[in-house]
Amino acid sequence: MNLTLKVWRQAHATDTGSIQTYDAKDIPEEASFLEMLDIVNERIITDGGDPIHFDHDCREGVCGMCSLTINGVPHSKEKGITTCQVHMRKFRDGDTLWIEPFRARAFPIVKDLMVDRTAFDRIVAAGGYIDVRTGSAPDANSVPIPKQNADASFDAAACIGCGACVASCKNASAMLFVGAKATHLNLLPQGAPEKDKRTLALVRQMDAEGFGNCTNQYECEAVCPAEISADVIAKLNRDYSAAAAREAVAD
Amino acid sequence: MAYDGSTTGSNTDTLDSAIPEGPLPEKWTKYKDNAKLINPANKRKYNIIVVGSGLAGGSAAATLSELGYQVKCFCYQDSPRRAHSIAAQGGINAAKNYRNDGDSVWRLFYDTIKGGDFRSREANVHRLAEVSANIIDQCVAQGVPFAREYGGLLDNRSFGGAQVSRTFYARGQTGQQLLIGAYQALEKEVSKGGVTMYPRTEMLDLVKVDGHAKGIITRDLCTGEIERHAADCVILATGGYGNVFFLSTNAMGCNVMAAFRAHKRGAYMANPCYTQIHPTCIPVSGDYQSKLTLMSESLRNDGRIWAPKSPETAKKIREGKLKAKDIAEEDRDYYLERKYPSFGNLAPRDISSRSAKEACDEGRGVARTGLGVFLDFSDAIARLGEDTIRARYGNLFHMYEKISGDNPYETPMMIYPAVHYTMGGLWVDYNLQSNVKGLHVLGEANFSDHGANRLGASALMQGLADGYFVIPATLPNYLVDQTPGAVTVEAPEFEKAEAEVRERIEKLLSIKGTKSVDSFHRELGLLVWDKCGMARTKEGLQEALERIPEIRKDFWENVRIPGDADGVNMELEKAGRVADFIDFAEVMCHDALNREESCGGHFREEYQFTKDDEAVQSGYTNEGEAKRRDEEFAYVSAWEHAGPGEEPILHKEKLVFEGVKLSVRSYK
Amino acid sequence: MNALGKALLGFWGSSIGKKLIVAVTGVMLVGFLIAHMVGNLLIFQGRESLNDYGYFLHHFLHGWGIWIFRLGLLGAFALHLVATIALVRENRAARNTRYAYDATVQAPRSSRMMIWSGLTVLGFVIFHLLHFTVRIDPDLAKMKDPMDPSRHDVYGMVIAGFQSPIVVLFYIVAVSFFCTHLNHGISSLFQTLGLRSEKTRWVTGKIGIAVTLILWLGFISIPFLTSVNLLKDEGVPEKSAAHGSAVETISES
Repeated sequence: MNLTLKVWRQAHATDTGSIQTYDAKDIPEEASFLEMLDIVNERIITDGGDPIHFDHDCREGVCGMCSLTINGVPHSKEKGITTCQVHMRKFRDGDTLWIEPFRARAFPIVKDLMVDRTAFDRIVAAGGYIDVRTGSAPDANSVPIPKQNADASFDAAACIGCGACVASCKNASAMLFVGAKATHLNLLPQGAPEKDKRTLALVRQMDAEGFGNCTNQYECEAVCPAEISADVIAKLNRDYSAAAAREAVAD
Repeated sequence: MAYDGSTTGSNTDTLDSAIPEGPLPEKWTKYKDNAKLINPANKRKYNIIVVGSGLAGGSAAATLSELGYQVKCFCYQDSPRRAHSIAAQGGINAAKNYRNDGDSVWRLFYDTIKGGDFRSREANVHRLAEVSANIIDQCVAQGVPFAREYGGLLDNRSFGGAQVSRTFYARGQTGQQLLIGAYQALEKEVSKGGVTMYPRTEMLDLVKVDGHAKGIITRDLCTGEIERHAADCVILATGGYGNVFFLSTNAMGCNVMAAFRAHKRGAYMANPCYTQIHPTCIPVSGDYQSKLTLMSESLRNDGRIWAPKSPETAKKIREGKLKAKDIAEEDRDYYLERKYPSFGNLAPRDISSRSAKEACDEGRGVARTGLGVFLDFSDAIARLGEDTIRARYGNLFHMYEKISGDNPYETPMMIYPAVHYTMGGLWVDYNLQSNVKGLHVLGEANFSDHGANRLGASALMQGLADGYFVIPATLPNYLVDQTPGAVTVEAPEFEKAEAEVRERIEKLLSIKGTKSVDSFHRELGLLVWDKCGMARTKEGLQEALERIPEIRKDFWENVRIPGDADGVNMELEKAGRVADFIDFAEVMCHDALNREESCGGHFREEYQFTKDDEAVQSGYTNEGEAKRRDEEFAYVSAWEHAGPGEEPILHKEKLVFEGVKLSVRSYK
Repeated sequence: MNALGKALLGFWGSSIGKKLIVAVTGVMLVGFLIAHMVGNLLIFQGRESLNDYGYFLHHFLHGWGIWIFRLGLLGAFALHLVATIALVRENRAARNTRYAYDATVQAPRSSRMMIWSGLTVLGFVIFHLLHFTVRIDPDLAKMKDPMDPSRHDVYGMVIAGFQSPIVVLFYIVAVSFFCTHLNHGISSLFQTLGLRSEKTRWVTGKIGIAVTLILWLGFISIPFLTSVNLLKDEGVPEKSAAHGSAVETISES
């Protein structure tokens, strides 16, 4: 199949960048989307050009490294998958595809389609953990957890940290990511002692990183490859209100 | 130069594996009782470099920082959470005996030794089994959401190679959940100041000072800056070398560079010929293919594996003239059921993989490339109904359909084996220290625990055991004799290493040839897959050893790397990795050639049971099964780098078995 | 600054804090709208009910009531506005570049027009206040209850105010915009206040639609029915007038 690609090219972080057009000719239908880019890149290299840089690693939908948008939607419109799981048979011969990086102030562009998502790491460092020293843990079965809580916690823990939620949000909000982390840990008895501290710290770091606010449009939920529900945002709002209130009045 | 495969010219010295004295079950306890300690005030004076942030590296960096050391942790990905440990699906073994089904540390130890086809070091494996239970405690406390039963306690399932249910799991994302646990611990230490994280940073060389590993040279993958990092010791946790085959289930970025740089600086590479081929992967669909996707082995519980009996029928299927369902029952060869009537489709990984290869080699492969066999659920659907099959395998069928475009409820899946895990790696002693003092190697990057074949759900266990529990206890033994901060980046060794790194980059960029990096990688991968893949022969390996230097020469003359070194340049990154894969492939083939036996993932066609063997006549095993030669080859091959293009030097660590009796594996 | 002050400032400074303020003031404003609509609907009971209601509003708590209420309302409105403006500024800054190919997957249109529907509301409220509260039209301002000339004739004013088709059209269009704002706003309340979950999700969206629909019908009905002449000022029936003057007599004695 033959396609036209409109690709965002940006040489480095401070370059202005622009959309460039590429012909992707004779692409096998069985190829994955990223393999299509590999083929285009191989041709660019042969022609003496600079290949299109994009982030990718596991290519099986779990590492969360792939970070581009296809026709304005992170990871494409197909539900519950990452860019690396998009296959070319989903497109039609002659299609024009717009390929752009995740766009958010908190995710500065590194080059072409690569962005810097270390803001997520800093949010996790601020409080996205249970402070347990290696070797000090009690027996794993000493604290039973109701299956329903364990399952709900798991649903939130499925987040792969790709940042599609931010990229899809008109406000570049990281609420789904932060909500998922808070929900994962706040629902577990092991996470209870630090619940308030964690929730406040996560939200403060999120704000400090320059992410926007949630306006309840749920675009994040629609593009999340781990299909995390925006309910985690409601839970974060609730946990935050309670934590902020306790912080204000309690000792 | 034709290599004759003999072991002449190799050193027959025994490496000092530093195994503690005493009976097997007491070694680790005694070791810890007598281990040297560093007082808390002094710990913070020591700097430790950890390369890699997966289960092994991430857990080591976090734990060492908790203990008070100053840690620098490096990864090539944009975040430590992306390490490929994340892709492990199945589970993690631990001898908890929560099921009351008779499990014990000893049983886990024994199963692991036997699963590794008696080619691993007993003392290390026993220690692994001992700490396995602590890993589960630690992970649960961190908030890893393992599967639970309705009573709120942890669930277990059984996994290949064991008769007890000792595998803890988190849906199909066990690796992901464990890695996130380690990552969160790591970020916690980052926030406390004990760990400095260097994402998008690649180690390009190891720096040795007075024979000790004291630092690394890195390249910042964003700015292109070459940096020196000095420390009191270096820990490598950089994963396996499966990508030497180009196509594997590894992530695209997985590479052998850090381990191979250490090898070039003197660290021995042990058992590189031990590679695990997983039988149920989605077949290659074309030349452009970049990676292979694994599907859970559990599919073999209900799917029947077959290939057409005649190559002509297979050809028609490949050309699309016939469909699977057009093939009459009598024209199908359910080869696993035929060859292994009692295990059938559940035959072990290595057996299943090799049988698929044989069918395809006979021209009976069915995928368009001729490399694929059917995994057919039509009988199971007829017997159990589509709903039951959907409940059991729905997500796997969905994944298969996403990738292949075929609906497995209607037409059989096609599968083919793919490289999955590498048991070999840098040689380490009981302290996880390589023969280069101060260089410690953890996880898949070392060789120690899985012998010639790894059991399912053991990789995660080993990575976390090494990082959380072993290295924190063994590292002080080395550090206590080191003056903290004695070596700085001003040392001439750093200057020299940095100059060499820069020279190599400039050399790569100056070639300005015509062929892409990937084209060389693909060529190398096809060669080693063909000659050093599922089945190996002396002739094939000799041929590979003749071809590899040609590929290397071609690479260094004709590779084309666009752009420069000042900033992001993914082709340059790949080129460095591929150059090392080429050199590494040589060591791997030398090892495979030297090991004149079949064991685990290493199958030499010359060494298999025939009808003349007593074990076959007595009905204990089948013709064509792997034949170990314990008398000659019960040792670890540790290869020393002998200079560019030179044949590596073999060192042997004799494997002594005190706890278990060596026996022939049988699957009949 | 003491801990409480610090906490409050931190609350305002945080994204979720400001959103909570928008949500809570939103609840207050929706509450006002419901009360306002119920009051309006008294028009269908006739002149007397509506004018009684109007009189009550202006005189409860000795006339202080309405001012306390208005100040509260103004405060809520101002906070709603100020917090929203702050959020919008942050959001614009957070997404400082746009996609060349802009796409939306599932965000409802109403949610994407909040700023515009909100600004329409602001314009409408100003017009509406000038129209019926400040009464800049002297003809409307001087209308007296025919049954009790000492008090304002709310009923007559409303009917007269909706005689112009342009005004009616403006009201209908503006109220409709207002309602798209409410639709997203009300269902969002539950999310921001943390009340939305897997179990409640099915109902929170429906509550938004239901409340909006009721408000829309309630508010639209008066200008619409007036414009098609189904609601009209038919003067004062004799009996009521007598009754009215009796009331007046009592109040004057």
